[in-house]
Amino acid sequence: MANLDDLYREIILDHYRTPRNRGELPSPPAIRTEGYNPLCGDELVVYLDIRDGVLVDIKLTGHGCSISQASSSMMSAAVKGKSIDDVRAVIERFKQLMTVHAASLDDGADAPVADIHTMGELAALQGVVKFPVRIKCATLSWNTLSQGLDEGYGVQGTGSK
Amino acid sequence: MSSYNARRVRSDTPLLQREINGRPITYLDSASSSLPPRPVIEAMSRYYELRHANVHRGVYQTAVEATEVYEGARVATGRFIHAPKGDAEVVFTKNTTESFNLLAKSWGAANLRAGDVVLVTEMEHHANIVPWFQLRDQLGIEVRFVPVTDDFRLDLSDFDHLLDGVKLFSFTAASNVLGTRNPVKELTRAAHARGALVALDAAQSVGHQPMDVVDLDVDFVCFSAHKMLGPTGLGVFWTRAEILESMPPFLGGGGMIADVRLDGYVPANGPTRFEAGTPPIAETAGLTAAIRYLEGLGLENVERHERALTTDALARLWERFEGRVRVIGPATSDDRGGVLSLDVEGVHPHDVAQVLDQFGVCVRPGHHCAKPLMRRFHLAATARASFGPYSLSEDTDVLLEALESAVTMFA
Repeated sequence: MANLDDLYREIILDHYRTPRNRGELPSPPAIRTEGYNPLCGDELVVYLDIRDGVLVDIKLTGHGCSISQASSSMMSAAVKGKSIDDVRAVIERFKQLMTVHAASLDDGADAPVADIHTMGELAALQGVVKFPVRIKCATLSWNTLSQGLDEGYGVQGTGSK
Repeated sequence: MSSYNARRVRSDTPLLQREINGRPITYLDSASSSLPPRPVIEAMSRYYELRHANVHRGVYQTAVEATEVYEGARVATGRFIHAPKGDAEVVFTKNTTESFNLLAKSWGAANLRAGDVVLVTEMEHHANIVPWFQLRDQLGIEVRFVPVTDDFRLDLSDFDHLLDGVKLFSFTAASNVLGTRNPVKELTRAAHARGALVALDAAQSVGHQPMDVVDLDVDFVCFSAHKMLGPTGLGVFWTRAEILESMPPFLGGGGMIADVRLDGYVPANGPTRFEAGTPPIAETAGLTAAIRYLEGLGLENVERHERALTTDALARLWERFEGRVRVIGPATSDDRGGVLSLDVEGVHPHDVAQVLDQFGVCVRPGHHCAKPLMRRFHLAATARASFGPYSLSEDTDVLLEALESAVTMFA
């Protein structure tokens, strides 16, 4: 049986209560991307300040459940200041965390993810996959970030130095 | 002749014997879907075991019996809602949503012109909003909304003015979010006085209080079987025979025709004109059983029972949480059904529902397909608990215990 403590780790509740990088950035030059979860009504806006291939700053606004809010807060802390290539690598690892576990749900095993120890605080979100309907809460901000990079990065070169 | 005992309804309902997370299930989501009692499930099984065949086709014994099952449900439904011409006025659809689409796309498209007004309310389910917006985009009709007051009732202060140019007033008997029960007869009288027809969304009232379409004097009624202890996949559309006869067909295909030639078709008369293709048949056997079961309980008894549960739950929620858990709906059980939309301070409805699940408590988090209403109260979602004929005050006990846990966890 999935235990609630697996879902609501203390670090997740901490990010929910005191979210990091809340706010807006002037856009343009920042890239502004909206994410929605039509099922639960969660809304999220991600602002990305990218200069010379580096994510210099990231801000988030919106509302949602503890999982979506904590995940977005933890994401912002994990990617801020990183090169775009590194940001994409973190996104990739996080998506793996969400899918590898989902695949192992069938046999009920707590399949460990190989590089979980490299993920820092984000590893606390691994418990989410035991609650399949909540995975979309955890991935909303990541998909929005990913979309922001895809849509905005090309435009960025002309918009700022 | 009726004897009602919620505990017996509970023991009649197989799903309520289940355990969730090691605890007996506490089912508080009847506003989404009610749980069928054993006689409903058995009626459907028996149909498949003994009588299944396609309807309105064969002359062999089981085909005749299957048709009797199907048409028998139409008779039972007509009786249940007191339709003046009984089965001749009952159309089977897939659900309430399809019933509203039938209303908009058949009656609406044939009778409304650019500039005509369809009046709905801010507390409607999307099923009674979106088909009208579709018709607006197609025909240029106007869709107008009766606002909702801060105390969760329809704001009728400007109602007479809102009725200007209205051809149809379509509204819900009971809000699926607020629990508010609207004054159907009074609103209908006012709309009729201005020459408008009236459509009633009875999805949230049909299994919870008696319904008499003649007494209410409405012109159209839409509801679903699965919200009245019946199966999913079956909805009802009712209108008076003279209106039904004037309505053009909706979906086209087999079953809804009198004749088809190489140059065209002639639609069937009566309800079958709106029932293209093989209909849900076993489900109608389930509906008949649900109607008989509810008639056995007595809907006035069910209503009284659910009102007592609601009064008790409202008082205990306030007593225990003193505003930390806000009920988005009328504060007393007057003109109110057993739907409790909860806004827990500092806890998102999804998290509330997740914690409640740990206690085996089933509630519905979300916008409940009523986004305009949620926006009206500046909410993205609520966690909604709702009662059914099998609900007991023990369900409220567990709900309160679980809510306490949610409040503590996120404090």
